[in-house]
Amino acid sequence: MTITLNRRRFLIGVGVTASAATLSGCSWLTENDSVQRVLAMAERLTMGSQRFLLSDEALAREYSEADLSPVFKSNGTHEPDSEDYAALADNNFADWRLIVDGLVEQPLSLSLADLKKLPSRTQITRHDCVEGWSAIGKWTGVPLGLLMQTAGLKPDARYLVFHCADEYEKTLDGSGQYYESIDLVDAFHPQTILAYGMNGEDLAIPHGAPLRLRVERQLGYKQAKYLMRIEAVDSFARFYRGKGGFWEDRGYEWYAGI
Amino acid sequence: MSSLDSSLSMIPSPPARRILIRRHSLAVRLTHWINVLCLSFLLMSGLQIFNAHPELYWGQFGADADHSFLALEAVNENGALKGVTRIGSLEIPTTGVLGASLINGELRPRGFPTWITIPSYRDLAAGRRWHFFFAWLFVINGFVYLAYGFLAGHFRRDLAPTAAELTPRHLAHEIAAHARLRFPKGEAARRYNVLQKLTYLAVALILLPLMVATGLTMSPGIDAALPWLVDLFGGRQSARSIHFIAASLLVLFVIVHLAMVLVSGVLNNLRSMITGRYAIDADQPAAAKDHLP
Repeated sequence: MTITLNRRRFLIGVGVTASAATLSGCSWLTENDSVQRVLAMAERLTMGSQRFLLSDEALAREYSEADLSPVFKSNGTHEPDSEDYAALADNNFADWRLIVDGLVEQPLSLSLADLKKLPSRTQITRHDCVEGWSAIGKWTGVPLGLLMQTAGLKPDARYLVFHCADEYEKTLDGSGQYYESIDLVDAFHPQTILAYGMNGEDLAIPHGAPLRLRVERQLGYKQAKYLMRIEAVDSFARFYRGKGGFWEDRGYEWYAGI
Repeated sequence: MSSLDSSLSMIPSPPARRILIRRHSLAVRLTHWINVLCLSFLLMSGLQIFNAHPELYWGQFGADADHSFLALEAVNENGALKGVTRIGSLEIPTTGVLGASLINGELRPRGFPTWITIPSYRDLAAGRRWHFFFAWLFVINGFVYLAYGFLAGHFRRDLAPTAAELTPRHLAHEIAAHARLRFPKGEAARRYNVLQKLTYLAVALILLPLMVATGLTMSPGIDAALPWLVDLFGGRQSARSIHFIAASLLVLFVIVHLAMVLVSGVLNNLRSMITGRYAIDADQPAAAKDHLP
């Protein structure tokens, strides 16, 4: 009897110690580069299987007016604090221009009025933050595919990089500038729009005025706000820390479909 | 059975009286231990992810301004930080564990404490990498187990309860026996009892698949590919809440499971899940009859 209980106690002790040491206390495991490389393989598996399951045209759920969030949470930058942006905002973005360049046949420079003259799409969709919360909003804007057809992508263009007006993290080398990138599957998806309107009004500053990206089949951090320039590229490795976006440079997945 | 018998059975019997039977197949043992690994990492990295927004909602949407039915909050009371677990309108003080706990010796706002999350420090991106890696391993392992369970007859042979086992009389008898920590012996110990069968089936065929399905419903990509998932759970935020509740039920299962393993002969149980061999008393046919009414 005594022996059995001792063994039991011993085994409980061993079990608790082993799992605690393996799982929680061991920073060598969580900070080891090889371990992190193995873990990152799951992202490729996720993207591969989602792209296999998702047809290029499959739409994100569209909701009705009744489903709109009473308050749409503004996240990330609430107002870019550069003087240039303040000057643009003071003039109601009349002097703002969206630059489309890089690997395109015809670079573009478009004012907000130019964009509003183009065919538009309005969609009520769910915004899913990587943190776990969701908000439903109504977005109006220009289909990105339409703009890209106008600019004409060169054959070696594979990604679009979105340069934003906000510096989300103050750094000496400027690597805190917000940017994002998507590939051409998402760029030409019918729900991928450059939104200038939200919930029936002009896009407000906390939500990315004058223009933000909507990529409805991915998480919130892909929905870049305060767009200034769209650059078509063959690779995003040369931008900032090379991972294709502000949050990607800080460890988040480039493919944010999950 | 006399009390002498039951106390004797707790002492490892002389080898001559015991025989080793083959209890768990290689497939069951392998998938079981891979599952232990996966669920440990999934739980602790899942709590890291939960900490990024430690509130639960019901419906399609839910964020700061919306009503949450569960929240792990930190409140400032006269300059002192307090951890509060709020369920509906009920507020439970949980300082030190939930809502606010020690980070480097200092009380800080934090959903779940550092000792139960992966990584221990706050890092949502890393938590997601651990979670999705082990989610994939868990799903692959789960498919192997389900394929084996159905094709090799493991579910039919070992887990499907018989009609006789499902009678209220037998169920009541089993529950009473478990409550008194009396477990089947001799021939009856060759097979799972009905409470084991029902619990394992519920976990393997309902709870674990529910974890995968609600997890996938949180993915905007999967929602576009399989929109019926969103309808099935009544919205992404409902799915997130069910994911959390089902995970809590799994933790409850593991606690009871481990307790049962400990009190019903821990070494024998462990050996059977490692080597497959389980010792039973060969010469107690009377005890076996006594146990199956």
